[in-house]
Amino acid sequence: MPNLSDLKNRIASVKSTRKITKAMQMVASAKLRRAQDAAQAGRPYAERFNAVMVGLAASVGASKGGPKLLTGTGSDQTQLLVVMTAERGLCGGFNSNIVKLARIAAKQLLAEGKTVKILTIGKKGRESLKREFGAFLVDHVDLSDVKRVGYDNASEIAQNVLHRFDAGEFDVAKIFYSEFGSIVNQIPTELQVIPAKFEAATDEGTVYDYEPSEEGILADLLPRSVATQIFTALLENAASEQGARMSAMDNATRNAGEMIDKLTIQYNRSRQAKITNELIEIISGAEAL
Amino acid sequence: MADTLNFDLVSPERSLASFEATAVQIPGSEGDMTAMANHEPVLTTLRPGVLSVSASGGVSEYVVTGGFAEVTAQGVTVIAERAMAKADVNQEDMDGIIAGAAEAVEKASEAAQEAARKVQSDLAVLAAALGLNAG
Repeated sequence: MPNLSDLKNRIASVKSTRKITKAMQMVASAKLRRAQDAAQAGRPYAERFNAVMVGLAASVGASKGGPKLLTGTGSDQTQLLVVMTAERGLCGGFNSNIVKLARIAAKQLLAEGKTVKILTIGKKGRESLKREFGAFLVDHVDLSDVKRVGYDNASEIAQNVLHRFDAGEFDVAKIFYSEFGSIVNQIPTELQVIPAKFEAATDEGTVYDYEPSEEGILADLLPRSVATQIFTALLENAASEQGARMSAMDNATRNAGEMIDKLTIQYNRSRQAKITNELIEIISGAEAL
Repeated sequence: MADTLNFDLVSPERSLASFEATAVQIPGSEGDMTAMANHEPVLTTLRPGVLSVSASGGVSEYVVTGGFAEVTAQGVTVIAERAMAKADVNQEDMDGIIAGAAEAVEKASEAAQEAARKVQSDLAVLAAALGLNAG
């Protein structure tokens, strides 16, 4: 039986752990609200942008010789996987779920004889992919100093990716991130950004005049579209991360509570047993006289 | 026949404005254009410039640095890469934007060089129009 002071220390330490996890949960929930607001605020832009792109792509994309960002390079030999994860851990399965999805995709591509290149955003993803795919990591974007992801961050990442595309470093780019379903449900998602894929256009019936030309606009908008998709993914990811952390910390707080209850019962039992023992000793001592 | 149109201004980070306007002056990349109700549908890219919106309540002006505008008979949607109310633009913001443009010129490939330079010169004009130092 563990002695009493050990038990007491144990209880105290679990209690302070519970305080920490509780605080982290509250911080995460505040951040989650902000991240959700940001994601919400970014939605109109992305929606409008996509609506226009769908129309444009439908009218231009069909013709051969469209921009490479839309039609692709005609090959899918080299694939760039952009893996977006968090900068910090302690958020349940959030990081590992994204990494798992990316890993499966990378393995499958390798099995098909394709060349894989990986660009990581967020420290955690890099750490876990380094072991297995160290040779394929081409670059890493560090966002640990960024308190709130802005469009500028997304734009920078997009520039990085587009430069590589222009230099012919890859044919297909996919991003991996986590879509925010709810606090307890984050969906790891894979999305192809280059060549751009737009859902089939719904027949809108509006015929636009284009200024400059249709092709000119498309050439201008496609790089922006990549940035927009990355931005949306970053926002979703930020909300998912906080959601995941919140539920993970909620669980941890509850577990700590249960553990404290259990340890307290054990502590009380041992204390009672000790007293009973002492009494027995005293009584038997008195009887012996 | 309605003589107002729905005006929406959205940037990636938030939706800046949404109201009924009578006329919207758009700094298009091929030149300024003014859209009023029942304008023919047009899609145009933007150059850095001032977007000026007339409504019953007066004229509101916004500075945009790029993006595109979608004009339909019912309204105008400006999808700007960066947009802010004209009154809120200060030297610091402008410096940042101009530095970004200069960097873009440096990084731009041969083919994109001209476009990047155009953005830079448009920005200088914009800064001058706002009474700010173009650096």
